Amino acid sequence: MSSTEPGATALHVADLDVSYRVRGKDRQVLRGVTLEVARGESYGLVGESGCGKSTAALAIVRYLPRNGAVSAGSISVAGRDVLDLRGQKLREYRARTVSMVYQNPGAALNPSIRVGSQVAEAFTVLGVPGGDATDRARDALDRVQIADPGSVMRRYPHQLSGGMQQRALIAMALAKNPELLILDEPTTGLDATVEAEVLDLVSQLQAELHTSVLFISHNLGVISKMCSRVGVLYAGRLVEEGPVGTILRDPRHPYTVGLLRCIPRGGVRKDHGRLDTIPGFLPSLGAEITGCVFADRCALADDRCRAEEPRLDKITPVHASRCWHHDRAATLPRAEIADLELPAVDRAGAPLVELAQLSKVFKQRGHEVHALTEVSAAIWPGETLGLVGESGSGKTTLARTLLGIVPPTAGTALLEGGELPTRYQKRSREELRALQIVFQNPDSALNRRHSVRRILLRSLKKLAGVGGSVAETRMHDLVERVRLTERTLTQKPVQLSGGLKQRVAIARAFAGDPKLVVCDEPTSALDVSVQAAILNLLVELQAEKRVAYLFISHDLGVVRYISDRIAVLYLGRLQELGPADVVFEGPHHPYTEALLSAVPTVDGGGRDRIRLDGDIPSAASPPSGCVFHTRCPRKLGAVCEETEPPLVEVEAGHHMRCHIPLEELRRLQRAESQPMAPTA
Amino acid sequence: MTSVAAVSERSEARVARRERLRLLLRSPSFLIGAGVLLFWLTCALLGSRITPYDPIFDQTSDLSQRPSTEHWFGTDRLGRDVFSRVLAGSRDILLIAPAATLLATIFGTTLGLITGYFRGIADDTISRVIDAVLAIPLIVLAVTVVTSVGSRSAWAVTVVIAIVFSPIIARTVRAAVLGEAQLDYVEAARLRGERSHYVMFAEVLPNVMPPILVEATIRLGYAIFAVATLTFIGFGLQPPSPDWAVQISDNWQFLAEQWWTVLFPAIAIASLVVAVNLVSDSVQQVLER
Repeated sequence: MSSTEPGATALHVADLDVSYRVRGKDRQVLRGVTLEVARGESYGLVGESGCGKSTAALAIVRYLPRNGAVSAGSISVAGRDVLDLRGQKLREYRARTVSMVYQNPGAALNPSIRVGSQVAEAFTVLGVPGGDATDRARDALDRVQIADPGSVMRRYPHQLSGGMQQRALIAMALAKNPELLILDEPTTGLDATVEAEVLDLVSQLQAELHTSVLFISHNLGVISKMCSRVGVLYAGRLVEEGPVGTILRDPRHPYTVGLLRCIPRGGVRKDHGRLDTIPGFLPSLGAEITGCVFADRCALADDRCRAEEPRLDKITPVHASRCWHHDRAATLPRAEIADLELPAVDRAGAPLVELAQLSKVFKQRGHEVHALTEVSAAIWPGETLGLVGESGSGKTTLARTLLGIVPPTAGTALLEGGELPTRYQKRSREELRALQIVFQNPDSALNRRHSVRRILLRSLKKLAGVGGSVAETRMHDLVERVRLTERTLTQKPVQLSGGLKQRVAIARAFAGDPKLVVCDEPTSALDVSVQAAILNLLVELQAEKRVAYLFISHDLGVVRYISDRIAVLYLGRLQELGPADVVFEGPHHPYTEALLSAVPTVDGGGRDRIRLDGDIPSAASPPSGCVFHTRCPRKLGAVCEETEPPLVEVEAGHHMRCHIPLEELRRLQRAESQPMAPTA
Repeated sequence: MTSVAAVSERSEARVARRERLRLLLRSPSFLIGAGVLLFWLTCALLGSRITPYDPIFDQTSDLSQRPSTEHWFGTDRLGRDVFSRVLAGSRDILLIAPAATLLATIFGTTLGLITGYFRGIADDTISRVIDAVLAIPLIVLAVTVVTSVGSRSAWAVTVVIAIVFSPIIARTVRAAVLGEAQLDYVEAARLRGERSHYVMFAEVLPNVMPPILVEATIRLGYAIFAVATLTFIGFGLQPPSPDWAVQISDNWQFLAEQWWTVLFPAIAIASLVVAVNLVSDSVQQVLER
């Protein structure tokens, strides 16, 4: 591990300190980080936002922002010190030695230059003459499994899907056959099915080319799939390092333990228990810390932890933890203990909301885009209906139709048996307060010029119709219920962390005691520890108020945790609808099956992934027959192309739209998932 | 504990404000611009109290004198001290230009909010009218309006410039509102039953203030220019006002013999426009950082 022979390691970072100068003060972001990536190895760097992952990557490619500087330590790539490179040498280093792939492929490509020229440029900087560069670019695109590279090269970036753009960028990054490839959250913005394809591609290329990879992600599932060793960063400190399997099975730092416990996994559901959370907050940027960086949030911390910084101790030759109590890390007490009594959902009674044959057609430049086609579903009081599907499947349109933001082309939505006006402008205060929403991005969901107090009081006034001291009392009640402190009231959203902002947004939605709240990916912009706390809060509120949720998420673990029933959408059509466990455990619709197998989980498992070929077809010209037949791995034949299967109740409460009979699906899917141990 | 933390939060905001101020005060262009502006403001406020001679009535018998120690900038054909008239000449323009800019900002912001927020037919109609108005050269438009109004008072000039500038501001505001109205908080406001005017003015407007402020300071520079131009061609302020453009317009025919009666007011106008632009540039840089 500690070989110092030049050339044996692809990356060697030693005692790296990086600080940013903010408002005239140096704030330390990385604190003595030491790590090593061997030749051909894939090393994962994991941590929550603000822990310094990206700063580490930027320091390695020598691309820190103007106010950032390496204040101590060394970085060497392929045995060469990179910190003293200047001018031409630095350009050479970036051109030939390291490559980086960023999170947002749309922003990494120049929108005004054809893809082919951009990929070819990666070769011309290496000195390849023009004509050859074009040929090499075509080969490179071919290597990243882009079908018909010739036509792709003539297109502009916006004409490619996110997955294709990321492939093109990977092709550019690999053009120079780099000594070190840095992938900074390369799949975070992509759909699960596309993410799976890109990850497969990266591991395949890595195996072929023996590239050394530094893989940065907040997602432990992705890291466990992609890397052999992993380092856990917290507040700029490497707190634990070791082989992926060991870290996941036997974490020895309380932070890692907490992080793993936050993730809803292994089929856990809200009625099984609460999620664990990590209490407290990340220390502020550049805070002076004596002792262990995690001590403030650690239930095991004692006086020694607060006074004296632990060293990165080797537990085994390959596994190290920066904790005085690493032998007791696994005994970390759970943060949430109070169990909840969730009210049983009574589906014999009248449903709260009914969607009857909802369709929505958008007219776009002469095309008709079928965003929703005859979707029918019901939600009962106090239950959560999870809504899953790839982007473009109509999840958000469905929610917006229910809320009256987008009027449906056909069909109706009913609230407690009464037909809802199709536009929110026509809805009464009662109807408006009954249906509220929590948005994905808390930054844009709250007015940044208004204080929390103003936001909540206004909502109370409009939705609950109260003012003055009554509103004041209700506001304090709300604040307490979503676990905010009183001092939050005077603050503006900028001063709050993502989790706190989302709590304010939830409080706002609950101001008028809603009957159903649409949750549109409410935790996808948040870190896992914060996500757990928000999910716990939503479940608490549901237990207390019997509110129903329409919960949209691409994170299947989250959906499974919070949902009573799940609806699967594909190209605006309901493909499957049933109780959460039934939909997840199968037999399920082939599309659901593919979605489930695409998700990289922490538990890993030996399940062979089902490949979905290509991207989701355009909703402007959906395929004939069953809309999924173009990508379906279990397609029967002509019948799938010609006739659209009806949505049938295949067993009690379980609806599916497939030509394959349920028993046949059960047999097929059981045969394939046999080698894998059941996760629940 | 809570109060201590709250204090630190508030001081955090104060630090950010002080930081912006510090950045402004460190920028040489801001300091020069603000200095010149302050000088003209002082002159405008104190007027004839600081001028060596009365700018309007004090007619000495020394007609058309060259600059001398007695009359630093010389005297004009009526024997008035040009130095005194230049000092006093900032008053009218420093009233009219900011007032016109303010009016234009209010009117343009309202138009911009309406077009950007409602989109659709309202936007199409108003935006096309704005495009049409913007296609006509500014001065031609202003002259047309002044003639049709038939009044040449300071008020008329103010209103005319406000009318001519508001479409430009409306367009800037519209662009900012278009982006802002896409954000979820606007949708949240609609979903709790807010009326459009509340969403526009209470929710969206505070968030588009920075571009509006920047645009307004830029417009102020142009407004000074526009007032001067209108006055010069005889549609603005009228003699015997000591306004700079009035002086230039009175004397430009005699430029060859009495250059001082034109040059000094011209320098004064230029210095004011440049000063406003310097300030607006630095404010823009600090706000958009």
